[in-house]
Order: sequence, then structure tokens, then C-alpha cells
Amino acid sequence: MLIPFFYQLRDGGMKTSITELLMLLEVMEKGLAGQSVDDFYYLSRACLVKDESQLDRFDRIFAAYFRGVEDSLSDLIQDVPEDWLRRQAELLLSEEERAEIEAMGGFEELMQALRERLDEQEERHEGGSRWIGTAGTSPFGAYGYNPEGVRIGQTGSRNRRAVKVWDRREYRNLDDSIELGTRNIKIALRRLRKFAREGAADQLDLQDTIDKTARNAGMLDIRMVPERHNAVKVLLCLDIGGSMDDHVRVCEELFSAASSEFKHLEYLYFHNFIYESMWRDNRRRHSERMSIFDITHKYGADYKLIFVGDATMSPYEIAYAGGSVEHWNDEPGAVWIKRLLNTYSKAIWLNPEPRQRWDYTPSTKMTREIMGNRMYPLTVAGLDDGIKALH
Amino acid sequence: MADSKFQSTSTYVTTNDLTLAVNAAVTIARPILIKGEPGTGKTQLAIEIAKSLGKPLYEWHIKSTTKAQQGLYEYDAVARLRDSQLGDDRVHDISNYIVHGKIWEAFECDEQPVLLIDEIDKADIEFPNDLLLELDRMEFFVYETKQLIKAVNRPIIVITSNNEKELPDAFLRRCFFHYIKFPDQETMRKIVDVHFPKLKKSLLAEALNAFYRVRDMPGLKKKPSTSELLDWIKLLLAEDIPLEALRAKDSRTAIPPLYGALLKNEQDVHLFEQLVFLDRRSGTTSR
Repeated sequence: MLIPFFYQLRDGGMKTSITELLMLLEVMEKGLAGQSVDDFYYLSRACLVKDESQLDRFDRIFAAYFRGVEDSLSDLIQDVPEDWLRRQAELLLSEEERAEIEAMGGFEELMQALRERLDEQEERHEGGSRWIGTAGTSPFGAYGYNPEGVRIGQTGSRNRRAVKVWDRREYRNLDDSIELGTRNIKIALRRLRKFAREGAADQLDLQDTIDKTARNAGMLDIRMVPERHNAVKVLLCLDIGGSMDDHVRVCEELFSAASSEFKHLEYLYFHNFIYESMWRDNRRRHSERMSIFDITHKYGADYKLIFVGDATMSPYEIAYAGGSVEHWNDEPGAVWIKRLLNTYSKAIWLNPEPRQRWDYTPSTKMTREIMGNRMYPLTVAGLDDGIKALH
Repeated sequence: MADSKFQSTSTYVTTNDLTLAVNAAVTIARPILIKGEPGTGKTQLAIEIAKSLGKPLYEWHIKSTTKAQQGLYEYDAVARLRDSQLGDDRVHDISNYIVHGKIWEAFECDEQPVLLIDEIDKADIEFPNDLLLELDRMEFFVYETKQLIKAVNRPIIVITSNNEKELPDAFLRRCFFHYIKFPDQETMRKIVDVHFPKLKKSLLAEALNAFYRVRDMPGLKKKPSTSELLDWIKLLLAEDIPLEALRAKDSRTAIPPLYGALLKNEQDVHLFEQLVFLDRRSGTTSR
């Protein structure tokens, strides 16, 4: 029972285990599954989903799996607006086709044809010009085929059919593969806190020492604990201006939270790429700069280096002398960044652009190679991976 | 246990999904993990479950220094050492120095209790893993007295988390899970109604509108939550603020009175003031 659904969940990337499935079956056996699909949905969600970042994925898989079921239940419906349906029809069917179909049977026929076309698209791998902005073949990916989340699964009736609870996709922005928004960034930054709470065990734990000494019948047994606050040192280099203006808010939030988290946080700004110097104060960027050599001498090798930038520029700015857009640089940017990377062995690059776009920009590819593939997207999951790489 | 079900009480409003999840957890006696934005009533939920089902409540509030062992028992070795040096007779029986923790008390309760483990993510990262056996089989072994303590009645365990740390998978397998969404206008109306039954409908509507306006403001560092709304309404009633003061005369950006209850940091207040200023300025120039 429900075993195919269980395997669908696992295929969709959710880490459900057999224990949870058995728990759900036990609950259903006790008669708690309720009188409607909605109740079953809530119950299965409580048993099978264990983290709010998975709620959206669960909603999508549930919708796809139980698509036909709600056709027969007529008591839980709300209306899909008609002009939305018409818009979808316009997108998918050409002018002539639509006229033809409407001539045949009106709105219902149109919707039927629309549904068939959508079904067809689900099977096709790479679409023609009618593919509605999807990437990848899995229907459960981040850009799954129905971005509005409203399905036209309910058909064949005169009334305009419902949008179900799970189709509303209310938990969409809790998904951790989506870009950082206000809530998500707080979660991401709490993970930075996890990263920072480790250090050397160098503080005497008095309580534990007494405890263990007493158990030892009076022979002294010293216990030490690591410092509980952030002993980690971070050097944060932020790309400012130009194409980064779009990402200013995200970077601001990251920066402000990071500065309250770490004991030693130093920040520097650069524009597009690393050259001879970086600056601290954007208003005085032309007069007061700090050269790379000063930076590496002042901040020792135990600092962790984090670059934040979109790495989007002309490839000349990285590879050629004189490539910089603001001044004449005698040595190419790549040489300067390699100097930094030689000093700081732990370094990562955080990129606010989505990962799908990285391969289309040559400069991003080059930067990624220089960083030894240590480039991560500025999302919750990306931040997680990046922090792990910094250990 | 099967006859009484958890539902909205006269002091706490729940949504359908929460009721279902809690009843499922109660019926098959498994722990339930509750997550949600701060101020949405996670801790309050356990108190209400106990009230609604008429069961005793044991609360264990976790701090960052809490160890899993403290929930079971603690062996007061220093007291025993002191007593032995004073020549007290109690020294001979080690069980005199075993201090029971909350989980032990919950296991020994005569009727089925509700055990609240509050803010489990505050503790050390290994903390939930240390509780796996206790949560699963509801028993543990006391090393000092060689006793096996088993639960007389399986307690209803409610665990809350603020999502500061990730919880280990092995721990999550054994629980139900519910995420308390921020309530929509309708549910919020019911919640306020439950706390302020004599509140005039018009004042309630205006207060809710003002509250959601503040919440929807883009760029807020900390959005006001349910408990802050309730505090704010209490303040409004205490200060006897008239209805007109709440109604925003110019579009969406007037600062509501007594905003200190809703906006808790100065950046948010600055943001509000800036928007009001801009709005007023654009208002006067367009006329």
C-alpha cells in the first residue's frame, strides 16, 4: 500500500525512510486518515516530511502522484480564473489551432486540447519553441514544468475546477535550492554560526573537572572545552558596483549578519576582479586603497577568505594586462588572485548568479577554474557547501 | 486516551493540519517536532495539548549548556564526597544522590503525561542523537544503581525547534513533524478574538490591517509575529487609542501608534520613517 508513492518520493529526492512509511500506515490503520484527500495530505505530510525545506518538493510530488484522485471529489474546490487558462492556451496553441478548436466545441474542447498539449510536453525532453521555460528533464526540478503551481489536472466538467491545497505551493520559498530571500538568508547565516563555533580546546571546564575529580575519588582530572564563541577569522572580499548592483541587498544582508557573527571579520571591496589593491571605504576608493601585499602581511594565513561576486565581466579583465576597466594594470587579474590564493589556502567564491548560468559566461568559468572549483551559489544549500569547504 | 482529541481550546486556535498531526502523534505515541517562526505559539502548543487532554505537563527548557544526561538523571558526586567526610549515614546508598531529570519524572508519572522539550536546537549538536534510545523505546538504564527505568505510560513528547541547527536524520525518523505557518488574516482574527473577546470589531479590523501592512513592508529586518500583535493590541486598549489614529490617512505608509511593540530594531523604524517621509514628499509635489 502506498509503496509506489513512497518510491516516487525517494525518486524526487526526498530522503524518506521505511520507518516513516510504516508510521503513516499505522496511523491510517487507527482510522485517523480522515474523510478527505486534504486530511490524508496533512497526515502524510506530518509523517513523511521532516524539514520545512522539503515541504515544497513534497507538495509537487503529491500533486503529480494523486492528480486524478480529486476529480471525483467535488466538495473542496475553488476556482481557477478563466483568463489565466486562456493565457496558457494562447501560449501553447497557435492562433489557427485555437480558432479551429473553438469552432469545434468551445471552451471545454480548448481546455481538453490544452491539457493534451501539456501532457505531451511532459514526455518530450528538449522542447521546440513551445516549451514553457523549463530546464532539465525531471519534472521535480527547481524549474519544474508548471512554474505557477496551478495545475489544469481537473477537467471534463462544466464547472471551472479547483486549486488544491498542495497545488498552491505555499512553501515554495522555504525550498533551499531557491535564491536567498529574507527568511532564507537568516537560515543560511545560522549555518555560518555552526561553522564558527569550533576552535582549540583551551578553556578549563570547572564543573566537569570537579565532577570527574569526584568520581576519581579525589585524583585531579582536568577537563577542557573549546571556546564557545567564534574564534574563526574571516576575510570577506565583496565585488561592488556594475553588475553587482542587482545583488546589493543580498550582499548587504550577508555582510551585516556576518559582521555580527565573527570575532575577527575583515572586509574589503573590489570591482569586477582582483587587481593590485582593494579598498575599505567606497567613498574613498580612489584615494585610500590597500595593496595586496599589505593585505597578505596584515591578515595571516589562518584567515579564511571568502569572495562574493558574480564573476561577470569581459574575459580580458581577468587574463590580460591592462584589462581592468578602471585603470591600467601591469599584471593580469589572474596573477593577483593567485597571489592571494597562495597565501590563503582556505578560500571560496560565492556567486549570487544561479548555477545554471555559470557555464554561459566565460569569465565565470575562468574564475571557477582559478578557484579550483570552489565556487558556490549564494543560496542556502550553496552556502552550506561553501562553509564545509572552508573547514 | 482515544476518546479525547486535541482541538482548538478557548485560549488557543489551531489549524486543521496541526490538529491532525497532533492527534496522530498522540494516538500512536510518537514524539512530534514543531517548527515555525518565533512567536507563532510552539511552546504554547504543548501547554494547550496538556490542558485540552487533561494530562499533567512536564517542561524541559533546553539551554546551550544542557546535556542529554541531565534530562535523565544527574549523579551528585560532590554531595556524596562531602557527606562521606562528615560521616553521614546516607552515603551508603547511592540512590540518595541520584537527582531525577524531567524525562525520568515523565516516565514515572501515574497517568500519561505530556513532556515538552523546548528549543532542542539550542543545545550541542550531538544532543538529539543522545536521546534516540529514550525516545524510541521510552526506557533507559541507570548505570549507578543498575536499574532499568521504563515508562509506565508512554508520554506524549512535544519537541520545538527554532531551526538554529540542523537536526540529525536518525532523530527525525522517529518523530512526526509540523511546521506552523504564519497565520493568515482569518486565523489571526480568531486568535485575537480568543485573547480579546470584548474587542470591538472595527478596532480589530483596523488593527489587523495595520499589522499586516507593517509585516508586508519590504526590507524589514524582523517581521512582527503573533505574540507581538497581541501585546500591541493590549497596549492599544490600555492607552485607549481611538480608532481614527489607526486608520492610515495617506496610503500604506503611516506609522501606526505605539509601534515600539511591533518594530523591534532601529533599522526597521528608520525604514518606516523614510518611507513615510518619501510618501509625504511625493504626495505634496504631485498635488
